[in-house]
Amino acid sequence: MKIIISILLTALLAYAVGIYGNLPWWCFVLTNLLVAIAIPQKSIHSFLVGFISIGLLWTLLAIGIDQGNNHLLSIKVANILPLKGSYVSLIVLTGFIGALVGGLASLTGSFVRSK
Amino acid sequence: MRLLPFIASAIVTIGLVTVLNTQLSIGTTKSPRLGYFLSPQHGFWKNAEKINSNFDASIVAGELKGNVDVYLDDRLVPHIYADHDEDAYFVQGYLHAKYRLWQMDFQTRVASGRLSEIAGADKLSIDRFFRRLGMVYGAEQTEANINANNPEMKATVDAYTAGVNAYLKQLAPEDLPFEYKLMNYAPELWTPKKTYLFLMFMSYDLTGHSAAADLQLTNTKDFLGYDLFNKLYTNNQDSLDPIIPKGTVYQKPSILPIKPANADSNYLMKTTTLALNVQEAPMPPNKNNGSNNWAVSGSKTKSGRPILCSDPHLGLNLPSLWYEVQITTPTHSTYGASFPGSPAVIIGFNDSLAWGVTNAGRDVLDYYELKFKDSSENEYWFNGAWTSVTKRKEIIKVKDSADVIEDIPMTHWGPAMYDAHYQNPQSKGRNLAVKWTATQSSTGVETFYRLNRAKNYDDYIKAISLWTCPGQNFVMATTSGDIAIKQQGAFVARWEHQGDFIMPGTDTTYDWQGIIPNEENPTIKNPVRGFVSSANQKSTDASYPYYLGTASSFPLYRGISVNKHLIGMSNITPEDMQALQTNNDNVFAATARPALMKYLQVDKLSPDAARMVTEMTNWNLVNDEHSKGITVFKIIWDSVRVAVWGDELAGSPIPLTKPDDFVLLDQMLKDSNWSIADDIRTKDKVENFNDQVNLGVENATKKLLELEKENKLEWSLFKATRVLHLTKIPALSRMNLPIGGGMNIINATTEDHGPSWRMVVHLTDGIEAYGLYPGGQSGNPGSSYYDSFVDYWAAGKYYRLLFLPKEKLKQHERTKWHIQFKTA
Repeated sequence: MKIIISILLTALLAYAVGIYGNLPWWCFVLTNLLVAIAIPQKSIHSFLVGFISIGLLWTLLAIGIDQGNNHLLSIKVANILPLKGSYVSLIVLTGFIGALVGGLASLTGSFVRSK
Repeated sequence: MRLLPFIASAIVTIGLVTVLNTQLSIGTTKSPRLGYFLSPQHGFWKNAEKINSNFDASIVAGELKGNVDVYLDDRLVPHIYADHDEDAYFVQGYLHAKYRLWQMDFQTRVASGRLSEIAGADKLSIDRFFRRLGMVYGAEQTEANINANNPEMKATVDAYTAGVNAYLKQLAPEDLPFEYKLMNYAPELWTPKKTYLFLMFMSYDLTGHSAAADLQLTNTKDFLGYDLFNKLYTNNQDSLDPIIPKGTVYQKPSILPIKPANADSNYLMKTTTLALNVQEAPMPPNKNNGSNNWAVSGSKTKSGRPILCSDPHLGLNLPSLWYEVQITTPTHSTYGASFPGSPAVIIGFNDSLAWGVTNAGRDVLDYYELKFKDSSENEYWFNGAWTSVTKRKEIIKVKDSADVIEDIPMTHWGPAMYDAHYQNPQSKGRNLAVKWTATQSSTGVETFYRLNRAKNYDDYIKAISLWTCPGQNFVMATTSGDIAIKQQGAFVARWEHQGDFIMPGTDTTYDWQGIIPNEENPTIKNPVRGFVSSANQKSTDASYPYYLGTASSFPLYRGISVNKHLIGMSNITPEDMQALQTNNDNVFAATARPALMKYLQVDKLSPDAARMVTEMTNWNLVNDEHSKGITVFKIIWDSVRVAVWGDELAGSPIPLTKPDDFVLLDQMLKDSNWSIADDIRTKDKVENFNDQVNLGVENATKKLLELEKENKLEWSLFKATRVLHLTKIPALSRMNLPIGGGMNIINATTEDHGPSWRMVVHLTDGIEAYGLYPGGQSGNPGSSYYDSFVDYWAAGKYYRLLFLPKEKLKQHERTKWHIQFKTA
């Protein structure tokens, strides 16, 4: 239960700070950290919370945008980046980058209150 | 707290974020900041526009005098209805920015020598070139002139600028155009100077060819010697069909330019051999930056009303140079193609008159060789005395590197472009000042402003009389039945060959002796033959009293083709005109193929070569998409060309000017023993055209067999026409388009160059117009409107242009969206 709440809260806050384009893209690192401090868990669990919440958030946002766009831009970008024009690879890469940063941020937060 | 794990984890997190927030070097390019770029709320995903987006909007702008309504049609063309002219230009600026911001910003960056600022030292040679040519200097001259003398144009450009900036100020960072995110920089506010820089860039694109050609032609003359040069680069075009029909009588010239007494020995015959130091020079503008335009009078049309056609041939790019727009205010109602970066319509029509342009090709850029007193370059020898220069400082900011400062000596002639600090392989160590009409404060924007409002021939003449650079052939037709064409610009009254080569600059002997008065520029109105036309050929025959420039500046065959067709046509409809604009007949090959066959000794050919010659002789002389015959003809012709004069040009350490096709063809038609045909490298044998044509065919066959193996003999596969994104990134471009045409063809589509806007206007009441360009109204690669016209364009099809009063347009079935601009 705690994990589910953490995931939802982490994703929600990350989305919220992402709305303001004037803030840097990595602001979710700070909100992840805060959630990990506020809801203490085992480090490995915290990492998973951060990894899953940002990974899912970025993947779902990307899929939603990509569907609405008929892959017009994703295929172009997947040809500019070395992804052989595969929009699936591009979505996976997007999710993975978000997940990795998110996981590490939450992991860092988990160490604040653990003994 | 577990301090050590916390610190370790924090360091890894910060490290990863830092790497993902940094541009990494990949070869000579840089990656985007990957974390930012991929973030779905910040990066490129935000540019992936929803298919079937709703473009309705309501915008409040305090700068407006009144409300403005914009209706977007199904092709995303805005129809602007404003109560005040300035409001219309404000909204045009806003819409240009909304749909084409990155392109406007990028093109003015190129023009002002500021690419290094975003792309690093790699682009420094391009920046230095444009700075030293005087692009920024020229824009400053124009700005100063308009601010001081032209309140109406100042208000127009200011309103346009305010519109661009109104969009920029509300633009959220996550909505920045895609390319900014890819290359990691941000737009800056628009200024009137940027508009003038953009127009300077068009001057460069259309007249800057001389900046490279004059140097190369000088080196070619010096290498060959004047006599041989004169044979290979003759100015006589036997088959010329000029813009103004042959036999026209011209008035006495008001200026009689006098050739300096020592010109033969000091200028034409002079040869110099100087040390070479080799650096890269930027690519010169495409020599084929040309165009077709014509108008047929009511006597030749089915309806009895004139039809006007215009298709400017320029580099094919995405986002396109053009953006369609309708501007309707109480003073005028105009539709056509506009330049993102400039107010008003550039090629188009209003409810009374249509106009179009082609490039005049006249030489308006010259080099003068300077003698500096010493290496400080503070004084130069001029009219018998050491004369002080002023130094113009151009500071080039370079990304991740120190500023580069150009200290350019400004002389009587203009900037000393080449000096001890700046050289390229063709400038060969000379100190060269450049004199160019483009930098002499033109107010070209006013010509378009007036053409947008022109009602009749007199308005048109008044509008274009303000035009100085780049010289253009302005064609026009009116609903009242007039047609006309005039070559207009500030053209130098030259003696023969003046300025074709580098001129001595130590005194005023070789200076320009005057600008030809507008009234003496070639003009024709309502000619008996019922049409006017231009296709970049020489505007007049030799009876025109001024020197037009080197023949190589004037392509010959498209004009012949246009005129041949127009003479034969009657009862013309707009559909006939569309067919002519996309016509692929090859009039050059129609003459050149029999000339080749005249000399070819078929019995001596290898079996493969004989097969290729059969392919060529069976060809229908049309550059169709699927034709193989044209590919065979082209490669054979090119090989014969190399066989005939490759030996004369061989041995030069720097590339020389290639002689024109018409020179070889005219000689083949009249003289089987042209001395140039001999291969001067074979001492024991004198070759003639028979030998060289057979050699050319055999050499071509080797290449053709390779192409056949790769399955690339079909013309469109061989030519591989592409519309390149301005960054040249293939993924953002349209490659390998199925389209015919080519050099010397009315449908002048070569590999990356061609009809950049096709327009056919039938001057009926209410105007019936057709057109399109190879691009789309949106500059966003993530929009379905990014390249939406490209396939239609390649197929030679047209859109009917919606040109209607507000109440009718509002209710039209093709009208999709409404943007309201409200004053605060």
